Amino acid sequence: MEVLKQFKTAVILLLLMTLLTGFLYPVLVTTIAELLFPFEANGSLIKHKNQWIGSQLIGQSFTDENYFWSRPSETKPFPYNAENSSGSNYSAMNPDFLSAIKVRVAALQKTDPQNQKRVPVDLVTASASGLDPEISPYAAIYQVPRIAKVRKIPEQKVLNLINQLTENRYLNVLGEPRVNVLRLNLALDNL
Amino acid sequence: MTDNGILQIALYLVILIACIKPLGWYMAQIYENKPCGINRLLQPIERLIYKLSGIQPDIEMGWKKYLYTMLIFNLVGLLAVYAIQRLQYYLPLNPQHFSAVSPSISFNTAASFITNTDWQAYSGEGTLSYLTQMMALTVQNFLSAATGISLLVAFIRGLARYETHSLGNFWADTVRGILYILLPLAFFLAIALSAQGVIQNFKPYQKISLLQAIHYQQPKLDTSGLPIKDINGNSITEKVIVTEQEIPMGPVASQVAIKQLGTNGGGFFNTNSAHPFENPTPLSNFLEMLAILLIPAALCYTFGLMIKDKRQGWAVFLAMLVLFIPLITMAVYSEQKGNPALTSMGIDQTAKPGLFPGGNMEGKETRFGIVNSALWATATTATSNGSVNAMHDSFMPLGGMATIWLMHLGEVVFGGVGTGLYGMLMLVLITVFVAGLMIGRTPEYLGKKIEPFEMKMVTVAVLIMPLIVLLLTAIACVTPMGVSSILNPRSHGFSEILYAFTSMGNNNGSAFAGLDATTPFYAIAGGIEMLLLRFWIAITVLAVAGSLVHKKCVPTSSGTLSTHTLLFIILLVGLTCILGALTFFPTLALGPIAEYFRLGVMHGH
Repeated sequence: MEVLKQFKTAVILLLLMTLLTGFLYPVLVTTIAELLFPFEANGSLIKHKNQWIGSQLIGQSFTDENYFWSRPSETKPFPYNAENSSGSNYSAMNPDFLSAIKVRVAALQKTDPQNQKRVPVDLVTASASGLDPEISPYAAIYQVPRIAKVRKIPEQKVLNLINQLTENRYLNVLGEPRVNVLRLNLALDNL
Repeated sequence: MTDNGILQIALYLVILIACIKPLGWYMAQIYENKPCGINRLLQPIERLIYKLSGIQPDIEMGWKKYLYTMLIFNLVGLLAVYAIQRLQYYLPLNPQHFSAVSPSISFNTAASFITNTDWQAYSGEGTLSYLTQMMALTVQNFLSAATGISLLVAFIRGLARYETHSLGNFWADTVRGILYILLPLAFFLAIALSAQGVIQNFKPYQKISLLQAIHYQQPKLDTSGLPIKDINGNSITEKVIVTEQEIPMGPVASQVAIKQLGTNGGGFFNTNSAHPFENPTPLSNFLEMLAILLIPAALCYTFGLMIKDKRQGWAVFLAMLVLFIPLITMAVYSEQKGNPALTSMGIDQTAKPGLFPGGNMEGKETRFGIVNSALWATATTATSNGSVNAMHDSFMPLGGMATIWLMHLGEVVFGGVGTGLYGMLMLVLITVFVAGLMIGRTPEYLGKKIEPFEMKMVTVAVLIMPLIVLLLTAIACVTPMGVSSILNPRSHGFSEILYAFTSMGNNNGSAFAGLDATTPFYAIAGGIEMLLLRFWIAITVLAVAGSLVHKKCVPTSSGTLSTHTLLFIILLVGLTCILGALTFFPTLALGPIAEYFRLGVMHGH
């Protein structure tokens, strides 16, 4: 009898807690977030010529020579598939991993054979989410000669763009400096 | 390690330590049912909950009743989470029309969320409806965390009270934990996160048109879904052009806030807090990382207050910190050094201040770089949180070993909310016992004699975890159903299996995610493991509490071993390490250590 009573309490309490933490709490947070931060709460989406062209936070695949390339993505079945975030999960010595890196390095060097600099590691390694929207400023600078050449514009102009769009560490301490690839490429198209 | 790296780690620890006293004091007020502002404000809700569910908060329970009410509540939760996943197709708030989750994955996820493990055999954005995320997962994030703290509070009462049998009321402890501690903290964190860009809405996924189309090859399938092959047996591929991206949506911030605070760790998305919508900026990362350790660390102070000897709480906290800091250093150092196999390919892995994090960036996000990824990895495995902001499977051998080792210690370095501290207090009892044997006295802790019954229970609590983890790892290593899930070859493949059962067994939930955990074997074996270890240990802990609470106070004498001194802390840390090392060192030697040396031999360090 006693146990049955506790079961009843358990069921009712679960229902009440579901109402409180599973319904009222998310709905209240949604309401406040929509009021105060509508842009952020809805995915930081960017509109261009009356069309949604992406989210500031979700990376896109760029492999054309006239764009800044994003980091490699290992989402399946195609890169930067936002419906299926995923990293490669390759270990440091996995032969598949090492051969994938070789291919990526070769692809970068092929587009810009004069560039003698060592390849920045973030440009040839896959991100954790497969949706990383950013690259390091160093990886952006590495690509400047290629882009200047293909677009037939002075390198300084491209460098200025990178400087403008580089986000520093938060309060100069937290995180890492970075550049948003989508915003960088949109700015390139607008030059 | 870079200068900025040291600064970031120091800042993190300083802010964490600054939060301990106020939050720890507040939690002690709540569980001792003393007024402190917010509980006056919300008291009408508390009373209403008691009234509707027939709870009499003032009637205290003995350990057995506390135990079975806890088990009943968790059983009901398990069934509810399972049912919601199986029925989600027929339930509202499913704009993507996801069908029912398979039975084995539903069981695994239900077990995973009620035990505060939050192992992800599911892929959030691809399989779960908003309703399932909210009403099954978010709810259990609160309930399992509150259950953990309730168990701890009952154990502390066992130490703090004398010659009685009552440990408190499970229902009241759990309701108070949710209403006054978890819910307010989660609410403010969720708002802060949504300001940073963590999404929070109920919209269907948003289609956007890509700036540059994606071309890729995929195998051509016949009408029955099998790949078509040419005469030579190679599959025929067709070219696919993707011009749109489907951006996922959902009530993410409210779920992420509690999964960080309650050491749950189950992500809204497949890649957890590495996903830009779960963790978009360095600031959101800092807040989420702080939330991982916040409650487990503050509970040490709560413990000190409730037993009326704050020094004891700080001593336990210091022991945890002493175990934690070297492992942060090891992980950050190993990741920052990078992968020697890449150096010979003309790749730059040297950090450049203001430009480039360098290091091993495979499976890491640009905004977090090396330091925040490695720091998060140690924090999330030190506690039983298990959320990730980088892919642990792609860590360097020693970085990955730091995370496995922290779990092997039994999740006592801060550990899960509640569970971590009671795990550590079990080890304190063993230390007191061992020290008592060395100096030839009856072991005592906080004026209570530690006798054979307690020691038997403590031994069972401490040894069951290695037993089950090693057994399941061994089974998986010698059966096709175990090894067929492996992604990476050689010793790293073994590490993947070891990591999986270590993580589920310790209710952590992070993974070497290359391992395919969606197979029935891992889903069911893992589900049983999570339930068995969470509740087995909880039973022994409550049994010890029930026995301790009867005892009378032994006055301190010159022969009493003081348990707040530096000497005792060293003893406790030593014992924790030896227990972890003795049981698990051989497996580490076969996994990450073997990999480390092989990497060194083939590519240099």
